[in-house]
Amino acid sequence: MSTLLNNLDVFTTGFRTTIILFLVSGFFALLIGTVVGAMRVSPIPALRAFGTLYVNIVRNTPLTLVLFFFAFGYPKLGLPEIDFTVSAIVGLSLYTASYVAEVLRSGVNTVPVGQAEAARAIGLPFSQTLTLVVLPQAFRSVLPPLFSVLIALLKNTTVAAGFSVYEAGAIRAYLAERGEPALVVLLWVAFFFVVLVLILAQLQRYFEKKWKVAR
Amino acid sequence: MTSVLYDAPGPKARSRHRLFGVISVVVILAIVGFVIWRFIETGQFSASKWQIFTFARVQQTLLDATGATLSAFGVAAVGSLILGLVLAVGRLSDHPWVSRPFHWFTELFRAIPVLILMMLLYYGLPPALGVKWPPYLAVVVALILYNGSVLAEVFRAGIEALPKGQREAGLAIGLRKSQVMQSILLPQAVRSMLPVIISQLVVTLKDTALGFIVTYNEILFQAKFFGSQVQYGTPIVPSAIVAGVLYVGMCLILSGLAKLAERQLRRSQKVAGPKKGAPLQATQAAQGAAETI
Repeated sequence: MSTLLNNLDVFTTGFRTTIILFLVSGFFALLIGTVVGAMRVSPIPALRAFGTLYVNIVRNTPLTLVLFFFAFGYPKLGLPEIDFTVSAIVGLSLYTASYVAEVLRSGVNTVPVGQAEAARAIGLPFSQTLTLVVLPQAFRSVLPPLFSVLIALLKNTTVAAGFSVYEAGAIRAYLAERGEPALVVLLWVAFFFVVLVLILAQLQRYFEKKWKVAR
Repeated sequence: MTSVLYDAPGPKARSRHRLFGVISVVVILAIVGFVIWRFIETGQFSASKWQIFTFARVQQTLLDATGATLSAFGVAAVGSLILGLVLAVGRLSDHPWVSRPFHWFTELFRAIPVLILMMLLYYGLPPALGVKWPPYLAVVVALILYNGSVLAEVFRAGIEALPKGQREAGLAIGLRKSQVMQSILLPQAVRSMLPVIISQLVVTLKDTALGFIVTYNEILFQAKFFGSQVQYGTPIVPSAIVAGVLYVGMCLILSGLAKLAERQLRRSQKVAGPKKGAPLQATQAAQGAAETI
């Protein structure tokens, strides 16, 4: 307990950065993921092919390598300079986006074709078919896997610690200088992650209950 | 082609799609072209930056590093499959005093980031116990604990998605509970969950790259080393490309296996179910709950 209380400053700074990383990359991952997911179900073959290529390559690349590229490789390309936190956000967003895209695509695919056909048959235009019939159903089946992706993103933010970002994964390195026992420090970090994951899981349960549909 | 989202396109829509197709190809090529242009402009493709990879010693080291990655992956994969089976069976026990600890264990190790687990095992435990062990051990054990817990959920979801009659029929013909699990439930569950299991193994393979952060001598670690050699012009981007090709190649092979298994499964629908295709749907539902990155 004293390890935590004596170094509260390091812990709060670390976890604050973790939560910022999570929220910002989560937002951009949802944004990019929606675009790529839309590409994957679009009627235009070129867009479909690009979406598939993106998802297949990024899903088969380790996140560590993605962050490695943005932390060490990007600065060599002579583009506007970004600091390590921003490069971690870019890497995490691009990586998580491919998973978001897959979740959204399979969500749209779970809606039976008959639903849309029936909607068209009673004369709903494309916009209403989408907003009143297809998306509400897809959204409900997308929710649980989407939360799994977000929980994974939260845990993945720790990888940024290997690339000079001062977040929860880096707390051990900072406290090693103060001579704190690594085991105790890491157990506290693990404990807080369990708490954060439990909060997200609780949120997931709440939303699932809220939008439950009787079939 | 019809989809939920749109009808089969008519002539007007087709020409519109063609136009959008051309525009999007131009935009995508422009983005990709810009990245490649930056690479060329900053000399990432120049011979001097790639020279380091022409040495036999360097190639041998990279090969050894690939071996190190694969050896960590192989041991972790086998270990996590075994741990996953044990945890799943334990959690499905009828006795709460057995199933509850297994449940807690699974949930706990699913919630802790793998990297924190690796750090716990590499920086945390050895000094506390007064011993020293190589990073290899930390990487493998952390991967086993995490992926084993995730796979346990996958197995459990697969077993619970099976029709109830399977278990009841097994018990009715006089099999013991362990026999029902061994010869009726598990084979079917593993079969129907094979694609998810393999894609979790892809995650395991990708996560071996985390060993880079706890100084395990794998591909990315070597890439960083070669990439920071100043006398060869710090070829960090070429190193990242080499490491990327190695990782993506290995993962694509595994993912290809997952797809093959999925197709095989769809073709020979031997998994029991109330009607054709039902277990697959249940599997997909179970997949969503268990999937991780």
